[in-house]
Amino acid sequence: MSKRIDVKDLNVYYSKFLAVEDVNISIDARSVTAFIGPSGCGKSTFLRTLNRMHEVIPGARVEGEVLLDGDNLYDSAVDPVTVRSQIGMVFQRPNPFPTMSIRDNVLAGVKLNNKRISKSDADALVEKSLRGANLWNEVKDRLGRPGSGLSGGQQQRLCIARAIAVSPEVILMDEPCSALDPISTLAIEDLINELKSEYTVVIVTHNMQQAARVSDKTAFFNIAGTGKPGKLIEYGETTNIFNMPSEKATEDYVSGRFG
Amino acid sequence: MANATLTPRRSQLTKGRMPSYTLWVVLAASIVVGAALAALVGFSLVPFALFSAILFIIAGTAVTGVVEGSRKARNRLAMFLIYGSFLVALLPLLSVIWTVLERGVPGLTYNFLFTSMNGVTGAIDNQVVAEGTPVLGGAYHAIVGTLQITLWATLISVPIGLLAAVYLVEYSTGGRLARAITFFVDVMTGIPSIVAGLFAAALFGQLFGPGTRTGFVAAVALSVLMIPVVVRSTEEMLKIVPNELREAAYALGVRKWRTITRVVIPTAISGIASGVTLAIARVIGETAPILVTAGFASSINWNVFGDWMSTLPTFIYYQILTPTSPTATDPSTQRAWAAALVLIIMVMLLNLAARLIARLFAPKTSR
Repeated sequence: MSKRIDVKDLNVYYSKFLAVEDVNISIDARSVTAFIGPSGCGKSTFLRTLNRMHEVIPGARVEGEVLLDGDNLYDSAVDPVTVRSQIGMVFQRPNPFPTMSIRDNVLAGVKLNNKRISKSDADALVEKSLRGANLWNEVKDRLGRPGSGLSGGQQQRLCIARAIAVSPEVILMDEPCSALDPISTLAIEDLINELKSEYTVVIVTHNMQQAARVSDKTAFFNIAGTGKPGKLIEYGETTNIFNMPSEKATEDYVSGRFG
Repeated sequence: MANATLTPRRSQLTKGRMPSYTLWVVLAASIVVGAALAALVGFSLVPFALFSAILFIIAGTAVTGVVEGSRKARNRLAMFLIYGSFLVALLPLLSVIWTVLERGVPGLTYNFLFTSMNGVTGAIDNQVVAEGTPVLGGAYHAIVGTLQITLWATLISVPIGLLAAVYLVEYSTGGRLARAITFFVDVMTGIPSIVAGLFAAALFGQLFGPGTRTGFVAAVALSVLMIPVVVRSTEEMLKIVPNELREAAYALGVRKWRTITRVVIPTAISGIASGVTLAIARVIGETAPILVTAGFASSINWNVFGDWMSTLPTFIYYQILTPTSPTATDPSTQRAWAAALVLIIMVMLLNLAARLIARLFAPKTSR
């Protein structure tokens, strides 16, 4: 499991508006990569192009290539559903399915696709995924209860369990901790550290300490002004980005002086 | 000290406030004075209630104004007017329920519920009135017809309405087709029911020869009235399903149509179910389109595809307009009121069912 991602000359559009311009980036397998940058600079938009979730919005399209272990996601013959089953995603706000129990939420990726699964396999998958998301001990006695009854941090870990239950190659996280308290955030950050042994993890965050804590590499995105496209300014080892950035804009941003 | 325990000090926080019983005293006084005033103009219930209410509003506001100040008085006046409006709005409903219960319950016998009007003639009704025996004949055939026609109308409208709403919310991008559907749904909402009936009658007249009247034709007419209601309510319910749930499903590699059938519709099902029930409640009482499409029958007919049928509204209509016995109309009137009661009970049961469905399917939030 886990594959690398190479992005070549990617332009991202909302209808005619160019949101992100000319991104080239290589993300290693089994690593954690953080995207940082000011609001509206297109880091979430760019993240969503990595599993073709961007095109769910009407009028949204991309130009360029995203290669998953050398295979272009945007090849005309590629079914976006195949892409999304290999590249999972965790969203900013926890979004467990309200009609389903905790157990069914974890099995959602399997059940919604009407795949047959025996009860023992399902039980094993639920336990493995929930253990993988550090949630098993908290919910093992109430798997039949609704997922929306959990706390925000537990719901977010449930969403991570749901994402890893379909055994993806890559997990994308769009500000997964922005709606959570510091303790739940810590739980998720610990989890990200564990996930990296098996998955390629890409995380968008507004919290620079978080990026410094969890990521191996960091990409800094910036925007020249409103209405201008976002750009990838600098990409490198996290320690380098935070301690000796080569670009002035990066230095201003990570040191708290916004330029 | 002993003095303080004997007469408890009034709290400083309630200074300038009226004791809670003041308004009840004012109400009692208003009722007494209202009765006296009503007696002056010849006592009857309406002037009595009207005088008492006006007196209470004036006196209650005035007393509050004197004791608690003008802001409180205005607040109380507004409160009185709001409660008053609520009571006035409730009056017609209570009056209808009371009248139907009063006149319908005597006719609600086993005989009424489980026999038809087959073989019940004017002579029988005359005999009933003359000898005071129980009224014969019933609405069984009309109950069967109502259930059958409404069931078929629902079977036709729910799939069409649901799929149209799914198209509008999930698939369309605000293009010409979507705008056209929305426009025609809006137009259909305003179609008078008789026009829907004539449409169905004309359509089946063209297809199967003039004068084709069966329960199914009526079901088609009713579905013309139901579809826009179903589309509208389902559309609103689908719209409020958070987009995050759709994206969550897509991100798990679930196809769009599966996302719709397994995530979006189950999340909205309680609202959809109550929308459908309201649509049924709207058409179950239709009279005119049934008359021109299903005709009228006095015997039991379970087959919606053959022969005429009657429903409770048409049954009521004919019992009142053309009593079985022109000289002794009481049995017919009694049957009509009993049928009205049955119809109201049906609609109430439907509403209860909708609430039950809504509760059963509602997303669970309990911890």
